[in-house]
Amino acid sequence: MRSTHDLVAANASTAYDDAFGSVLLDPERATPRGVTGPHGKAADKRFNVYRNNVTHSLVTALTEIFPAVARILGEENFRMIARDFLRAHPPRSRLVFEYGHDFADFLAGFAPIRHLKYLPDVARLERAWLDAYHAADRTPLTADDLGALPPEALATALFTPHPAARLVSSDYAVYTIFIAHREGPMPERINAGIAEAALVTRPSLNVEVRRLDRGQFLFLKTLSQGAPLQNAAGLALESQPDFDLQAAIALTIESGAFEGCRAGNDIDEKD
Amino acid sequence: MAREFAIHSANQNRLPAFTPAGRAGASFKPQHFDAIAAEPTSVGFVEVHAENYMGAGGPPHAALTEIRNMLPVSLHGVCMSIGGMNPLDPEHLARFAGLVERYEPFRVSEHLAWSTHDDVFFNDLLPLPYTDETLARVCEHIDQVQEAIGGPILLENPSTYVLFSESVWKETDFLREIVKRTGCGLLLDINNVFVSATNHGFSATGYLADFPLEHVGEIHLAGHDEQEDDEGAPLLIDSHDRPVADPVWSLYETVIKACGPIDTLVEWDSEVPDWPVLRSEAIAAERILDRYRGHQQDVKRHALHS
Repeated sequence: MRSTHDLVAANASTAYDDAFGSVLLDPERATPRGVTGPHGKAADKRFNVYRNNVTHSLVTALTEIFPAVARILGEENFRMIARDFLRAHPPRSRLVFEYGHDFADFLAGFAPIRHLKYLPDVARLERAWLDAYHAADRTPLTADDLGALPPEALATALFTPHPAARLVSSDYAVYTIFIAHREGPMPERINAGIAEAALVTRPSLNVEVRRLDRGQFLFLKTLSQGAPLQNAAGLALESQPDFDLQAAIALTIESGAFEGCRAGNDIDEKD
Repeated sequence: MAREFAIHSANQNRLPAFTPAGRAGASFKPQHFDAIAAEPTSVGFVEVHAENYMGAGGPPHAALTEIRNMLPVSLHGVCMSIGGMNPLDPEHLARFAGLVERYEPFRVSEHLAWSTHDDVFFNDLLPLPYTDETLARVCEHIDQVQEAIGGPILLENPSTYVLFSESVWKETDFLREIVKRTGCGLLLDINNVFVSATNHGFSATGYLADFPLEHVGEIHLAGHDEQEDDEGAPLLIDSHDRPVADPVWSLYETVIKACGPIDTLVEWDSEVPDWPVLRSEAIAAERILDRYRGHQQDVKRHALHS
């Protein structure tokens, strides 16, 4: 029969990942019991190698996912904020390139940088860029696809979004700030207070980012939500009287934002 | 050397059936794509980290598809968490098997380590105690992986910074028993041996003398960093950010001398240099392989003596 001591020991050998998991992200907590150096030597610095590896690799991953945010904040500030984020929101996916989907919201709630009101939207655009980079490969909608619709079907045509397409709108100059801090050149002055929207696509291998005006954004957003073309055009015109429908339809093709279109019909709409 | 750990895909000949043919390989980094594509014969094979190719599409798959048509590719998993007590993630396992199906790697490997616990992913290769319970769990996980991909994997020995007081198995015996129970092969990382031996004060040659070398299908070499432990003694870090250290080359030569050529990969994952630097490391490994070509011994009779 096993003694109490044996039971505790058996338990310990299957609880190492519980023990590590609960303290790896928390530098305030002690090295797990049963973790040693050779000949029972102390292992605090040794265990800290794991803490450092975990924190360093994930903070570095965030730096690579959000290079513009890192540039705006400065590397040291960014890494400090990223460490806080990591402790509050450790990755739930084993794919590092999926990390940081909630980073923008975290930045928005982070009091010390509340004055950088545009920053969460820049983070959203950077996250959208990486989504597009890894999205499924699909041939985008072509002019021929659109031309194949009967002319009378155009108004009710429905569009299928391309898997790489992402739309980000902001009360701030999110596109201008993104471009200046990722691709350059840095303009002398950015008026961050000008509202901008951006479209991210990857028609083939290169990720493309475009600035959209208000009407274009509403048009593409409404189409990508599955509404017929005439509804999308109506909303766009309502918000922007000089909305250019011809140019916007051309944009649906040249940007790669959609992978297909089909004639809508009354039955579909009633559904 | 043709050891028995090749993956035989159901739909062979869809992609070129390359093998390294005794030549050394290197980690594949996307920034080296153009240099490798300009001269694919400059290296015997490349190895990729499976998780970097688990997105749906985009440039990573485009690059790997081209590389796979030029060179043998070995698939090295980093995040399966075989050494964790939690069950394997079925979604991750399916993605992994999907890559084996899509790219027909000539070899598949993973680590004796864990990286995910209770859904939190730590992005590091974390250690486990060597007990009967962990042995059973590791074997169960390897069985699942091998079933999913329809072939054997190689399991890599870890580099570690701490020990567990509850461990009752020697690492080499633990690995030998895993091979016996699962039929997997081993990936011998000689830098890991040197790092762990230094960190835990045991003899690297003694460890290699105990290692089941007859089950080794591939060798890894890499660079390490040197820090200090709690008492100021050297603590080596498995950093993969610099050239292979001299003592690791010596240990490597000892193993090749005893076993004959074994497919060898030079890893470099951080502070990645220009291709010629990494390539020259692979060439250095190849020189040692060439020195002992024709020496192919029956390793079952030629254990190392420390």
